[in-house]
Amino acid sequence: MSFLHLDHVSYHYFYKKGYTKALENVSFTVPEGSFISLLGPSGCGKTTLLSIIAGILEPSEGTIQLEEKPLEASKLDIGYMLQQDYLFPWKTILENVLMGPKIQKMQKRAMKEKAIKLLEDIGLSKVIDSYPQSLSGGMRQRAALVRTLLTDPKLLLLDEPFSALDFQTKLKLEDLVSGLLKEFNKTSVLVTHDIGEAIAMSDKIFLMKANPGEIHEVFEVPIEIRNLTPFQARKHLKYQQLFDRVWEELNSLESQTVSR
Amino acid sequence: MSHKQLADDQLFQQYCKKVKADKRNTRLWQIVLFISFFVLWEVTSRYGLIDRLIFSSPTKVWDLFIANLLDGSLWYHLRITLFETVAGFIIGTLAGIVLAASLWWSDKLSKILDPYLVVLNALPKVALGPIIIVALGPGYFSIITMGAIISVIITTLVVYSSFNEVDENYVKVLKSFGASKWQCFKEAIFPATLPSIISTFKVNVGLSWVGVIVGEFLVASEGLGYLIVYGFQVFNFTLVMYSLLLVAFFAAIMYQIVERLEKILIKNR
Ligand SMILES: Nc1ncnc2c1ncn2[C@@H]1O[C@H](COP(=O)(O)OP(=O)(O)O)[C@@H](O)[C@H]1O
Ligand SMILES: [Mg+2]
Repeated sequence: MSFLHLDHVSYHYFYKKGYTKALENVSFTVPEGSFISLLGPSGCGKTTLLSIIAGILEPSEGTIQLEEKPLEASKLDIGYMLQQDYLFPWKTILENVLMGPKIQKMQKRAMKEKAIKLLEDIGLSKVIDSYPQSLSGGMRQRAALVRTLLTDPKLLLLDEPFSALDFQTKLKLEDLVSGLLKEFNKTSVLVTHDIGEAIAMSDKIFLMKANPGEIHEVFEVPIEIRNLTPFQARKHLKYQQLFDRVWEELNSLESQTVSR
Repeated sequence: MSHKQLADDQLFQQYCKKVKADKRNTRLWQIVLFISFFVLWEVTSRYGLIDRLIFSSPTKVWDLFIANLLDGSLWYHLRITLFETVAGFIIGTLAGIVLAASLWWSDKLSKILDPYLVVLNALPKVALGPIIIVALGPGYFSIITMGAIISVIITTLVVYSSFNEVDENYVKVLKSFGASKWQCFKEAIFPATLPSIISTFKVNVGLSWVGVIVGEFLVASEGLGYLIVYGFQVFNFTLVMYSLLLVAFFAAIMYQIVERLEKILIKNR
């Protein structure tokens, strides 16, 4: 069953002096419980696409369906993690994490307990009452993840969640996130420009090209890799093979755009 | 290792001492400046180097101060001016913030009002004094309006532009949870701009004093602004200096209070 379905979605940014066609005819389907990646150079419209799926931007053409219903009609919760953590600097970590329930006017007590439990699970028990400034990049990103997960969204949108982190932290967080999402059987869309991350974490990769943003090619991740943790997956032979194929495709894309 | 730490601690203590000494030195110079100003004023006035009639002298001002303190007229005039200033400050600032919020709320409104705000901002508000007095009648009400009107437009402009400078991704986070416009304002826009809102408070303290004193110049029969004009008319410059010093003192106090408020409200940033 199709969980999320995009049908010929286009998006234009308009300014006084012209417009940018950020997306053109993007169509794809994401089955329930699966993890897909959108891979592409920066400026190819990945963030725009996520904002559209999150319902923050309206597509200029095309439709989006969630569980076979139009996006606006769907009551489904979507968790959206932005490119940076965007924790509110004037709130403590716990208050930041409880932002979603507060906006959605959920029961406070139960949510607070749940938040503290999640923060503890993710290794942030010591900084629950600290302010975001005093946390490292990795800790902030984890706090932002808890904020996203707390409202229990069925669909998760992750916009380059690990791009600002050092390599070691990034590998650890990949494992953590991948484990959490599998455990709760979430459907996820990950945006990244890191080939390795896309392969290690997802079931399917959509390679995008820029100007205008389009889906250029789709790669299925071999079943052997899918069931490994991202860290283990990186060591698998098939990982390397797929990496090379994607790498070549990206290069040929680049030379096409240069020669044009 | 503990040896090393001892040395480090010593270095730190030296640093602390230096900071303290520096602070004491600064304070000393401030006091010296303060005292020499009054001594110079007193001496030059006593020996006729400056016109006694115009510049009065600290001792005369002091005598007047004590006399007025005892007969209650100090408190009487001070009370009126303070009340008008505080009221003008609060009304002007709040109205400015509310206006800024409505501009943020409605893009259409902000586009329509834009040229009017520019003109109103450029207009010297005290020039409206006579009109306000004619419209509202001579009395507290006009004077408070003067104190408020002088700061409301500039507050609106400054606060509105800081609302617009808030990183829209904070709003995006809230919208992804399905936040309403009001929730976005309450949870992101307002708290993010609190520091710049409070810095307009500081400017407005000064502005509302200007508005109120000018207002009292124009109509009042009581208050510090009235005393200044009255002293000028009857050539009692001791009274003028006395009122001026009171205005300076209480304006400084109000400013200090706002600074305290700032420290309390934005301590976590
Ligand atoms: N708010 C915006 N206003 C105007 N143009 C934008 C805006 N955001 C993105 N764009 C343009 O749309 C294109 C896609 O941007 P984006 O979705 O951020 O790409 P990515 O996330 O893949 O780097 C880029 O050419 C960018 O310049
Ligand atoms: Mg992006």
